Amino acid sequence: MNLLDAVLWLPLAGFVLLLLIPRERVRAIRQFALGITTATFLLSLALLVGFDRTSAAFQYETNLPWISSPEIRYHIGIDGISLWLVLLTTLLSPIGVLISWQHIDRRVKEFFALFLAMEFGLIGVFVALDLFLFYVFWEVSLVPMYFLIGVWGHERRIYAAVKFFIYTMTGSVLMLAGIIYLYIRAGTFDYPALIEMMMNGSLMLDRMEQNLLFAGFFAAFAIKVPLFPLHTWLPDAHVEAPTAGSVMLASVMLKMGCYGLLRFCLPMFPAAARGAAPWIVMLAIAGILYGALVAMVQPNMKKLVAYTSVSHLGFVVLGLFTFTELGTNGAVYQMLNHGISTGALFALVGFLYERRHSLEIEDYGGVATPAPVLATMFLITSLASMGLPVLNNFVGEYLVLQGAAQVNFRWAVFAAIGVILAACYMLWMYQRVFYGEARKDFSMRDANLREWAVMSPLIILMVWMGTYTQTFLPPITASSAAILEQTKVNVEFHVERQMPRQELANAR
Amino acid sequence: MEQQLWIIPALPLAGFLVNGLLGRRLPKAAVTAVAITSVALSFLWVLKTVTGLMPLDAAYVERYFDWIRVGSLRIGCDLMMDRLTAVMVLVVTGVGLLIHIYAAGYMAHDTGYARFFAYLNLFMFFMLTLVLAANYLLMFVGWEGVGLCSYLLIGFWFLRKSATNAGNKAFIVNRVGDFGFSLAIFLLVINFNTLDFGEVFAKLSGWPVENTVGTLTLVGLLLLLGATGKSAQVPLYVWLPDAMEGPTPVSALIHAATMVTAGVYMVARTAPLYLKAPMALEMVALIGLVTAFFAATIGLVQNDIKKVFAYSTVSQLGYMFLGVGTGAFAAGIFHLVTHAFFKALLFLGAGSVIHALSGEQDLRIMGGLRKKTPWTFWTLACASVSIAGVPFTAGFFSKDEILVAAYHHAPWMYWVGTLAAGMTAFYVFRAFFLAFFGEYRGEGHPHESPAVMTLPLAALALLSLAGGFIPVPGWLEPLFGAPSAHHNPVLVAVSVSFGLAGIFLAWLFYVARPELPGALATRFSGIYRTVLNKYYVDEIYNAAIVKPVVEGSRSLLWKGIDVELIDASVNGIAARARGVGDMLRRMQSGYIRNYAAWVLLGAVVLMLAIGGTR
Repeated sequence: MNLLDAVLWLPLAGFVLLLLIPRERVRAIRQFALGITTATFLLSLALLVGFDRTSAAFQYETNLPWISSPEIRYHIGIDGISLWLVLLTTLLSPIGVLISWQHIDRRVKEFFALFLAMEFGLIGVFVALDLFLFYVFWEVSLVPMYFLIGVWGHERRIYAAVKFFIYTMTGSVLMLAGIIYLYIRAGTFDYPALIEMMMNGSLMLDRMEQNLLFAGFFAAFAIKVPLFPLHTWLPDAHVEAPTAGSVMLASVMLKMGCYGLLRFCLPMFPAAARGAAPWIVMLAIAGILYGALVAMVQPNMKKLVAYTSVSHLGFVVLGLFTFTELGTNGAVYQMLNHGISTGALFALVGFLYERRHSLEIEDYGGVATPAPVLATMFLITSLASMGLPVLNNFVGEYLVLQGAAQVNFRWAVFAAIGVILAACYMLWMYQRVFYGEARKDFSMRDANLREWAVMSPLIILMVWMGTYTQTFLPPITASSAAILEQTKVNVEFHVERQMPRQELANAR
Repeated sequence: MEQQLWIIPALPLAGFLVNGLLGRRLPKAAVTAVAITSVALSFLWVLKTVTGLMPLDAAYVERYFDWIRVGSLRIGCDLMMDRLTAVMVLVVTGVGLLIHIYAAGYMAHDTGYARFFAYLNLFMFFMLTLVLAANYLLMFVGWEGVGLCSYLLIGFWFLRKSATNAGNKAFIVNRVGDFGFSLAIFLLVINFNTLDFGEVFAKLSGWPVENTVGTLTLVGLLLLLGATGKSAQVPLYVWLPDAMEGPTPVSALIHAATMVTAGVYMVARTAPLYLKAPMALEMVALIGLVTAFFAATIGLVQNDIKKVFAYSTVSQLGYMFLGVGTGAFAAGIFHLVTHAFFKALLFLGAGSVIHALSGEQDLRIMGGLRKKTPWTFWTLACASVSIAGVPFTAGFFSKDEILVAAYHHAPWMYWVGTLAAGMTAFYVFRAFFLAFFGEYRGEGHPHESPAVMTLPLAALALLSLAGGFIPVPGWLEPLFGAPSAHHNPVLVAVSVSFGLAGIFLAWLFYVARPELPGALATRFSGIYRTVLNKYYVDEIYNAAIVKPVVEGSRSLLWKGIDVELIDASVNGIAARARGVGDMLRRMQSGYIRNYAAWVLLGAVVLMLAIGGTR
């Protein structure tokens, strides 16, 4: 039992213990949930201490038998990519509890129990190194979210929850089929073993097999990202979900899809992935522009932010499928950035909702006068979201676009238009909500201590990740270099790369 | 590291943090002290470093830490100082300091006093980062950062819809330009694998001069797109006139003296690249010339005193582009410096007039202020003669250098530029005469501004008159080489006489025979209305770009594709699934146990199915 096991199982232990607290003791339940999630976060911070930032190997590994036939193992570990995704999850969990402090006022016990179960599932997804275990965690995280939306959501919650469930389930069934097929072919669910077999040639998938398996895994992940045009479950799920649900969904759950693409689709089926890359990149760019344009005309704040996610995650997929060092690093960085800044945006929209009980932009106006601190927090977060330098998203977007430009300059041209549009949708929303004469038909208090506690760590991270990237990038670079190496196995590929003019001249 | 360049931008940043975080709780005097002291110290630190680095023949670079490092690409947080940077930081901190002092008087009664100075300090931080940066990406940080501050300060009085609209417009139009800048950055990295100025220009030496459209030309044109946004050139100038919604010290500092000149600085900084891409450089000159002329014509008929000066700024920036575009980089920067003096003064003077009239900006309701606001009158007179190019004032020297260079590049450019110079003299003196001569046409009680405002005016007046004797071109010679064109007394005489003719016409129209302008406007009402309405460019952009994009997104993309096409087809399935979902919900009490059983069952079925096919 090592530190990573503790980080993984603590939320589940919290889940069990929380069930023992009598349901009337609402305050104790909240405090307990906050305590468990905070402890998990602090524990996960300790992961950084012993982590070798230059190694691409899995660290904090535990590998135990779970089920003997078929052979499923409890194999967990983290590399420089999953490390940060685990930290993102554990950071946002206590924040999610704080956000729900007053917002959730019925079935409090069930809510926080499910919330802890969800944290367990989410951490599990990022640490699992056994394909079947991964699948189990994938589903474990899905179910609590289904209930969070379906029980604590707004008016059309059932519709949104079912839509969310059906979409995700459809994809994951295809992935399960792929996992089982791989087991039949290779005789193991173990991820490092599978990769090793593919690298040394003892497991050779022909092109047809690769394509089908890639398609199965890709379906699950692309829906989860979500990649255009599979995104329509997302706005509904976000609008209907309670605030903490939206935050966890946007910040962490969508990263499951991105992570899956990077961890499984690219290194396990490199030929298929490279073959499909031009098409997937088209969809990613379409998503960047489409998400931004549709976000621009949304009358509902949560829907607007949901569509910005479609746009931002298009950058992640674009970066991944450039198969470049810059693009991959940028994509991973962008996953974290999106987790921080979009999570913060949803939290802020939730704060507004608690005051005014509306998500419609037209119900607001002039909020900056009564609530200047809240307005400032919202402004900084919006600026981060639209990729202003000094804040986090800029670095990720820059790396992704630079990587894309190296492969095909036109990709960067089209994708960069999304950056212009980002300014339009964020600034127009900000103007309509915060500027103008203060409205007389409602009162607005400024940020309270709890809201400060939610926003301060996120804003500090926005600045930190935007200015001092060396804290975060080296482990990502090491691990993504290893994955990129794996995508070169047994592949004939052509990457259009503009050769530097100088080299061309020298060559002549 | 012995010079600690980072202190220059860090001081205003500290001022921003203090006033931004604590400003609302601090007394006003403390806010003022923090804001002004931080800029003053920054100015002193600039003087210390520049003198310490003399003679500054080579670029001095300080590298602090890796900002972004992935693989072989390293983008550092590096600052540098060379002769060009020195000119820029001196102008930014020097003029910036004067405007900070002035603003303490101008904004004295505003409720957002601390917020105003916080933003202003933040602007200084980003502007200094922009000019001190040693690579393109760090320059881009400053570049977008000053855009942010411009947005915040244009929309400073955010209760007014027109102000926040103008702020949004500025930011978004600038983003269009920044799109070009970022694409240029991508191309530079692809070709040089670095963004460091020194390294890029060193590697450039192996490249031939491009006589067709190649990589370098493309980089040059994309950078130019960025510059047209930030420096308000055709076709992206439209945000600057609207930016006058901001408080007047902002118009002076950001939208006249410093930020809008960033594009000129960037082109001059990139001179080694532009010299290898003559077609791109030619485009810089053309854009500059078109802008100089076009904006001057609009300036002729505006009735809002700040709008006159705004179009004048657009036009003068066009001159700077003409200068750098014809290869006279030093002349362009020289004009940047003198323009910072006289245009900041014009705006601050206008602000003093507006202050005197309690907010009135319409020239038609001014008049006769000469006696009531003598300090403002005399200082504005200095600025006006300077921009009109009256011999031996600051504007005369710098404009002359540009026009001479233009003549040697292509004589027709000189003539167009000279004609625009005549118009410049006319519109500035038109505003001057309308405000200060004749009888007062309004109903207020004009009063002179306090000393905290008039003293900066006096300092800038001095610089507007004598600033031409600062040997900027000579100082920049080691960087850009000696000017190829030598002074030609005939050309000088011609352009000066155009300027004087403009002043004379303005006097004739607005002092001697005030009935003339109305008669002319009626006579040529078609042209007059078109120019008065700024050639309807805003309306055209709105109808051709903004409306189609917004409406198309709403009706086609969102309501069409998203709701009708994708969702409707999926909902067919979802509707049937709803029954299943309800059932699932009832069956599952929220415990994973039950659910896992279902998953397992499904897995078994699938395993059998797949196993069976093999």
